[in-house]
Amino acid sequence: MNSAASELETDDEGDIPLMREHPAWATLKRLFHHRLFLSGLGLFGIVLLAAALAPWIAPVDPTKLAMRFKFRPPGADFAFGTDNFGRSLWSRVIWGAQLSVIIGFSVVALNAVFGTLIGALAGYFRALDNGLMRVNDAMMAFPAILLAIGITAVLGPSTLNAILALAIVYIPRTARIVRSSVIVLREMEYVQAAVAAGAGHWRILRRHILPNAMAPLIVQLSFLFAYAVLSEATLSFLGLGAVPPTPTWGNIMAEGRQYMIEAPWIITIPGIALMITVMGLNLLGDGLRDVLDPRLRIQQ
Amino acid sequence: MRKYALASLILRRVFGAVPVLLIVSLITFGMMRLIPGDPSSIIGGMSATPAQLAQIRNDLGLDEPFAVQLARWYGGLLRGNLGRSILMGQDVMSVTLQRLPVTIALSAYALVITLVLGLASGILAALRHNTWIDQFAMMVAMLGISIPNFFLGLLMIIFFAVQLGWLPTGGYIGFTDDPVGWLRTSTMPAISLALLQVGLLARITRSTMLEVLRQDYIRTARAKGLPERLVVMKHALSNALIPITTVVGIIVSLLISGSVVTETLFSIPGMGQLLTQAVLNRDYPMVQGGLFLVTAFLVLINIVVDVCYSLLDPRVRYE
Amino acid sequence: MSLLELRGLTTAFQTGRGEISAIEDVSFDLDEGEILGIVGESGSGKSVTALTIMGLLPQPPARIAAGSVRFAGEELTTASPGRMEKIRGAGISMVFQEPMTSLNPVFTIGEQIMETVRAHDRMSARAQRDRAIEMLDRVGIPSATERLNDYPHQLSGGQRQRVMIAMSLACRPKLLIADEPTTALDVTIQAQVLDLLMDLRDELGMAIIVITHNMGVIAEVADRVLVMYAGRIVEQSPAANLFDAPQHPYTKGLLACVPTLEQDRHRLIAIPGALPEPTRRPPGCCFAPRCTYCIEACHAAVPPLIVQRDDRAVACIRADELVAS
Repeated sequence: MNSAASELETDDEGDIPLMREHPAWATLKRLFHHRLFLSGLGLFGIVLLAAALAPWIAPVDPTKLAMRFKFRPPGADFAFGTDNFGRSLWSRVIWGAQLSVIIGFSVVALNAVFGTLIGALAGYFRALDNGLMRVNDAMMAFPAILLAIGITAVLGPSTLNAILALAIVYIPRTARIVRSSVIVLREMEYVQAAVAAGAGHWRILRRHILPNAMAPLIVQLSFLFAYAVLSEATLSFLGLGAVPPTPTWGNIMAEGRQYMIEAPWIITIPGIALMITVMGLNLLGDGLRDVLDPRLRIQQ
Repeated sequence: MRKYALASLILRRVFGAVPVLLIVSLITFGMMRLIPGDPSSIIGGMSATPAQLAQIRNDLGLDEPFAVQLARWYGGLLRGNLGRSILMGQDVMSVTLQRLPVTIALSAYALVITLVLGLASGILAALRHNTWIDQFAMMVAMLGISIPNFFLGLLMIIFFAVQLGWLPTGGYIGFTDDPVGWLRTSTMPAISLALLQVGLLARITRSTMLEVLRQDYIRTARAKGLPERLVVMKHALSNALIPITTVVGIIVSLLISGSVVTETLFSIPGMGQLLTQAVLNRDYPMVQGGLFLVTAFLVLINIVVDVCYSLLDPRVRYE
Repeated sequence: MSLLELRGLTTAFQTGRGEISAIEDVSFDLDEGEILGIVGESGSGKSVTALTIMGLLPQPPARIAAGSVRFAGEELTTASPGRMEKIRGAGISMVFQEPMTSLNPVFTIGEQIMETVRAHDRMSARAQRDRAIEMLDRVGIPSATERLNDYPHQLSGGQRQRVMIAMSLACRPKLLIADEPTTALDVTIQAQVLDLLMDLRDELGMAIIVITHNMGVIAEVADRVLVMYAGRIVEQSPAANLFDAPQHPYTKGLLACVPTLEQDRHRLIAIPGALPEPTRRPPGCCFAPRCTYCIEACHAAVPPLIVQRDDRAVACIRADELVAS
């Protein structure tokens, strides 16, 4: 019952041909057959598409006041209704999507770069490990949102500062994950062989270690996108993110809170949008983890 | 485990925490010094006179060299003096001591909910792997980790407080004043706080249990003729709890984090609400001191988690 | 009546590609005090046979498609899970291949032995403890009383395997199944463990099934041997006869593969080809594609296991003529 072997095809003489498809292709194929991954991609894809197409599908200025239209429920004129200032909720939510995606993406990108850098340095160069990890542990000791709030207190509320704050909060966690992989990979025999052959440190890191550390990192980044979107929404709900009238899902909900009885759609629709985005990203992460990291895989 | 070994373990963890706390205090200190512009004018406001500004600067020790300020901060820490809250008009330490227990009580309530629901559903899902129970539980867990807790809080308020009138929309009654009142005011906040953690714990418990149930020693336990209930509850669970304990440490941190929003939403006078207000009102000493204290508390919690972990796993004990 | 009687046992697994049978038509008897060796390559179905007897295969995806297993006159294939729990450990015990991972790391070895006793016998705590010490002594663990409070990670591989054996014998089972008991151990320890098994058989009158792919182990301990290939028994014989005069071509191949010091060869002998995939078994004799003696008729139908004199059986239609030549 060797399932790997049973996938090999023999030709007429019973020999197994040497050429196999490239491993990256095989992984991609598995990904696109994975139910969780596909559902996640679907959900997040909708949001991504909305964000990308914002200028075309939401041409109405989300900050434009129109008091005569205030508190219209979702219907024929306004797909998502209007808020207390008569602004189209459809516009606000769509542009909020764009902002969420940009913020999430930026936080992930910063993590990918700096988290990998710190994690790789700490994992590979033993001399740096202790010092780096002490600071890292200290950063991780802070409760995430509180640290983000503290940083926003220092920098002032704005989109950019929210990105920076979240990046700073999560980079230590990403660094830890990369470091764990690097520590294990450092001891692998093919790395020792490369060292024995005289390869320099950077070469080893670049060619042998980092490519193999990618899998858990990618899974982590996917969940990180979800946390970033959630955290940013929390920050702007508290008034610490992008400054109104710029719409973010969090501050739409903060403003809508006072009117939650007369106009519940103001808080409900962005909330649902948030849920869809985060769920999509979590499903993506689950799918990626199942396919990319066999150690973490649960037998189906 | 012998008494001596336990004590030495605790001491080691405490000593290990000291450098972390030093850096944490340095970071909180540094953050306040990094504020662009002159903090005194931000604190004093637009209408402050130069004399008032000078007074503020003097109070906060902002006109002294960096090293001196740092020394003052550390000195203050050791003596329990973390500065004076501008907003509250009291020193940071006493305000914290009033507010932190509220947050701890709320988080403890949420933690109990998390542990009971999260562990139970995770174990059940693992035992009924690939059946509808498993898939249902995991769908609910997925929902749990995807709903922002303030959204859930808002929905609960609309539904349970406004529509049904079962529970109050906000406010807080201390446990010592009126236990039932405390329950009434804390239940919705605790649930909205706990939901994300329940999802997280359920998912991790399930995957850990599945991993453990695949191990050889489980096969051995069955081969010995042990009843299945014993195999799962004794052999599987005891091993699964080890990584799960680590997660519980993370969950406590997330609960404290999450309480920030929940307290604001439900008007509960805890540390989270205090710190949020402090930030919005530029009460920098409060932010600095409060953040440090909360973090120190969490470091303490993590030491407790670590010790539990060692108690559970004999391989770690004999290092 | 024998202690263990298997008749036509067939176990199938539900896989993505449909149902495949891991073992087919397995039949043999085992008497009290007898040591039976089951030998074959990985994938030949040896472990599946043992796990089926023990009822340790989760059903689904496994299923006993046909046949019966009678232990001390009781039918096991239809026994309730509760009944099987009582038989496992007390009637039939099993020892596995990987001593390093087969013991629970968070409980002491004393506790792990005592809980076996607790599950099957009513004994005071004191008596349980005494039994545990007695078993550890029996298997040759020194300072047994102190060892009771040790954790598995404090013991070596050989010691852990001994503890496994002690645990499996704690309730005096009539039958012990040892699945590759020495494969994960050093050569010197292997010999000790095998000697231990034989001593225990002599002392306790226990029957043992030793599953292995190592012909040397068979030669050491087995009274009788079953040779399995692709889920079927292809040869059955008293051990001595098997080594003197193997009858099935597969057995001959296996014995020829074992390198000897007298050999004057530069290359190791191997049986050409590979075990067929369970989904792609040929219609006739499974071994035919690799057999040097195969003829047209071999591909037609699965050769039945034919009993011959001297308590031997072979599943090869050319067996008689090959012996004669």
